Amino acid sequence: MSMRILIIEDDREAASYLVKAFREAGYVADHAADGLDGYAMAESGDYDVLVVDRMLPKLDGLSLIRSLREQKVETPVLILSALGQVDDRVKGLRAGGDDYLPKPYAFSELLARVEVLSRRRAATPNAEPTIYRIADLELDRLSHRVTRSGQEIVLQPREFRLLEYLMKNANQVVTRTMLLEHVWDYHFDPQTNVIDVHVSRLRAKIDKGFDKPLIHTIRGAGYMVRVGAEGAEE
Amino acid sequence: MTALGKLFRTTAFKLSFAYLLVFTIFAFVTLGYVAWSAQRLLTEQFISTIEAEINGLSEQYRVGGLRRLVNIVERRSRAPGASLYLVTTNAGERIAGNVGALPPGVIDRPGQFETPYSRTEDADAGPNHAIIRVYRLPGGFRLLVGRDVEERIRLRDIIHRAFGYSLLFIGILGCAGSWFIARRVLKRVDDMTETTREIMAGDLGGRLRIAGTGDELDRLAQNLNDMLDRIGELMHGMREVSDNIAHDLKTPLTRLRNKADEALRTAKSPDELKGSLEAIIEESDNLIRIFNALLMIARLEAGNAREGLADFNAAETVRDVAELYEALAEEAGLPLEVTVDEDLPLHGSRELLGQAVANLLDNALKYGAQAEGSDAFRSITVSAHRIDGAMRIVVADRGPGIPEADRGRVLERFVRLETARSRPGFGLGLSLVAAVARLHGGALTLEDNEPGLRAVLVLPLGNAQASPEPAQTAA
Repeated sequence: MSMRILIIEDDREAASYLVKAFREAGYVADHAADGLDGYAMAESGDYDVLVVDRMLPKLDGLSLIRSLREQKVETPVLILSALGQVDDRVKGLRAGGDDYLPKPYAFSELLARVEVLSRRRAATPNAEPTIYRIADLELDRLSHRVTRSGQEIVLQPREFRLLEYLMKNANQVVTRTMLLEHVWDYHFDPQTNVIDVHVSRLRAKIDKGFDKPLIHTIRGAGYMVRVGAEGAEE
Repeated sequence: MTALGKLFRTTAFKLSFAYLLVFTIFAFVTLGYVAWSAQRLLTEQFISTIEAEINGLSEQYRVGGLRRLVNIVERRSRAPGASLYLVTTNAGERIAGNVGALPPGVIDRPGQFETPYSRTEDADAGPNHAIIRVYRLPGGFRLLVGRDVEERIRLRDIIHRAFGYSLLFIGILGCAGSWFIARRVLKRVDDMTETTREIMAGDLGGRLRIAGTGDELDRLAQNLNDMLDRIGELMHGMREVSDNIAHDLKTPLTRLRNKADEALRTAKSPDELKGSLEAIIEESDNLIRIFNALLMIARLEAGNAREGLADFNAAETVRDVAELYEALAEEAGLPLEVTVDEDLPLHGSRELLGQAVANLLDNALKYGAQAEGSDAFRSITVSAHRIDGAMRIVVADRGPGIPEADRGRVLERFVRLETARSRPGFGLGLSLVAAVARLHGGALTLEDNEPGLRAVLVLPLGNAQASPEPAQTAA
């Protein structure tokens, strides 16, 4: 199945870049240039993710999301915003958005977030499993136990949450900012490689001594938990 | 005419005029009261003199009869400046005294009253006015005693004239004063208007003249000058920032361009091309980071992040961020010593405070790594305590520190010291921390850690403390 993305953005150049980039990543991407068109397309079309600019002609981004939610359209929404004020994220999420990315952003960041959102949609109907499994790695969310090939691995609470988030989004790119958001609950951009150190410590505990590494670094993007050795992007 | 009209329309003139009116009315009331009192006093004196004389004369009449009375009246009548005397029969025929003509019927009226009369010695002088009283003597004779009131009338005239003159004086002086004051004020306001016009026309160095009197116009001028100074500073800052932005963005953009160019020219295999492209993306991400930091500082300085503030436990934030950096610090061989109070309720932005502490730790790790000595000595300390109603967050390292002269400067955007040029960074970290501090009503100061740098972030806890107060008063 191919993910269907609707981009609601009035800046034509930015929109066509996004459409092209998403198509190159192997997805179906449509574009709406204003809020009303976007609303109509989002309501009728079967999209997996909506990428909505906050400031749109005719119907602004937040109103559009609120209207969709009132119509019981539960498609995950990622809000793009040039405003980026501190409480903008809160406003956006309160209106019914699922994620928020301030402009300017790197496409790899947007792509990773959109992929996570679409997977969440696929996973919502049946509740999250209590045990995540990748190859021989197992994480039990209830007992907080991690084992690999049956051997228990002792993790610090923060390392556990890090691995939990990575495994929840297995086979998907997870960026450093996403990790900071979900594991530490902060939304700023760490300037040095703080996240990398935490990941490499986790990797030392998870992958050391095993011939198949599971935590992979994706250059220019972030990390991914998956089976398979190539470290390149797909 | 228009100049005069402008003068009349000035607030100063209108105010002076209103004062003039009030003072005139006040002067009239005062003068009127004085005049009325003086008149009344005089009249009372006249009446008591008349009463005393009537008592004396009627006593003489009782003792010595009509003859004696007439003698005394005759004698007294001749004295200069005398009172008025008249003794008549019951029918009104004159027996003795210095009163000539009287209006008819006067002699029968009881009590004191005022009436025109004339004296016997100068009957041609025309009627004067007098207060008189007619007293019935036993035996049907009548005794009239009176006092001339011309004196009183003269006094009244004097007072009336004084009224007139003072009105004239007040009018002239008031108008002249108002005109003078209005012109003075108008001139100064015109000066100010002129100067502000010049400033608006582009002479941004111009300042309003301060007269040195310390009055409200001076204060206004001073405030406007301060405002102009502030605007000047901001404009200067903006210019400097945009210059710096242009310069600092040009460097990575050029690097980006060169990398792309080089890849295009020299890359032989798809793998090499891919590597170059990845490096280019990394460089672009750096640029995005600079932009994001700049935007954030700009937003904080514009003050519109203020509405998103909420109450949170700042101690938790400091601990969280310290924990986030702990691994990195350990990797760098710099122990992180963290001492944080259990509970530090702050009204503000958890995100921004987190970012600020992260930036300080970033710096501490970056420069603290240059420190020499044992690991224990090189350690980076993070602390957050409540001191005097404020929260004091201190991040200290043992690195090279910052010379005292440069400590203020490094808080500005894009300012990087020569010693820091070799280290990664954009010169925005501390600017952002300072902006976050200002947003919370606090300040960032840099101190000497002997050796090293101690960044002290003081944030007032006031707002957060204010919320539990109603509960306390209720208890």
